Amino acid sequence: MTELLVGTKKGLFVLDGDVDAGFEVTARAFPGQSVEYAMRDPRSGRYLASVTSWFYGGRIWVADDPAGEWQEAEGTVLPEDGDASLARIWVIAAGEAEGMLYAGGDPGCLFESHDGGLTWALNRGLWDHPTRPDWTPGGGGLCLHTIVPWPGDPDRLMVAISAVGVWLSDDRGATWRYSNSGIVAGYAPEEARDMPIGYCVHNVRRAGGRPERLFMQFHGGVYRSDDAGASWIDVGNGTDLPSDFGFPIVVDPADPDSAYVIPLIGAEDRTTPGGSVRVWETRDAGATWAPRGNGLPESDAYLTVLREAFDSAGTGPGLELYFGATSGEVYGSGDAGANWAPVAAHLPPVYSVRTA
Amino acid sequence: MPLVLLRAPLSELAGAREHELEGGTVLEALLALEAACPRVSGWVLDERRAIRQHINVYVNGQLARGDTVVGISDRVHVLPAITGG
Repeated sequence: MTELLVGTKKGLFVLDGDVDAGFEVTARAFPGQSVEYAMRDPRSGRYLASVTSWFYGGRIWVADDPAGEWQEAEGTVLPEDGDASLARIWVIAAGEAEGMLYAGGDPGCLFESHDGGLTWALNRGLWDHPTRPDWTPGGGGLCLHTIVPWPGDPDRLMVAISAVGVWLSDDRGATWRYSNSGIVAGYAPEEARDMPIGYCVHNVRRAGGRPERLFMQFHGGVYRSDDAGASWIDVGNGTDLPSDFGFPIVVDPADPDSAYVIPLIGAEDRTTPGGSVRVWETRDAGATWAPRGNGLPESDAYLTVLREAFDSAGTGPGLELYFGATSGEVYGSGDAGANWAPVAAHLPPVYSVRTA
Repeated sequence: MPLVLLRAPLSELAGAREHELEGGTVLEALLALEAACPRVSGWVLDERRAIRQHINVYVNGQLARGDTVVGISDRVHVLPAITGG
């Protein structure tokens, strides 16, 4: 049995089941409210959800049972003497230190919790970075959407912000440096592409078993880093990928050469190319890509899959993959993407999918 | 003292629908509400102590702002804005 946490425009849905036997909705929380993201901390078993009310703002909630009582976490606020207000929390990630969690939000803010998510504090190193006045939001806002810890080393952390770029810290978030070398921002004028920041990173995952390797889905480009994010190599151009635009990226933790993307037509048409839904896989670190789609819609299907709406469970040949679309469908594979089946067909617009 | 009237979920967070509070303006009354009912903090006013964009406050039936003056027996309704989607 696998538990899926599906954040939607109209609440959190918890699904239990497996790809062969099917899934059912076992709980719904925050009905009518936008749940940008939900995850379960594997260390404590606690559930955390980012919920944004159109009226009352965004905050994090925690629960031991998603069908039970949720408690409002404290501290996800910006400085009272500033001129910014928290728009929403985009992502929550477990850190490497005991009880440590991180949350990323808009406008380009990182929060830290040392007690498993009950209380939070703003990371001032990133908030007070001297380049912040030059940060410009993309269409989704100035969202800090990707948080990638370094396995076994709580000092090392990577985050990514749209449309700013990649940030690295080696001192547990006290100081930060941008690291976008090698990324080509095709949306910028040619003479401006050598800029230090202004990169619309969409999602980054760390390769399993080889922590210095990262895979990135960019706003027009798929990249790999083999030096812990210090530099980036284009691994999309010249391959069979139908498009270099997409949002999420996922890896097989058992294979450092693996990555999965879900290409969309492009920035101006963020739907699956040709009305055919395909997940593309590499097993050679991006040298070649192949479509995986047996069981997915082959025609007349124009889906949009957002950056947090793709996740995995397990490893190797039994790798489970799940993604959701803004049109309310969730699909799953239990064999590393070879075959797919519907998991849910009629949910509200899906913002995030996470295996628990 | 002005009377601040809330609807769910604010009334649930505050423990009651009606609250008699000190304050010479709408903002002062809402800050008094936060002081009396800490669970409401951040829900009506944001970090900058500004009324959230999609919250409407009415004083005696008239749309009001943070600096709208309120007095004894004034009724301050805090309501979510109408929205689509």
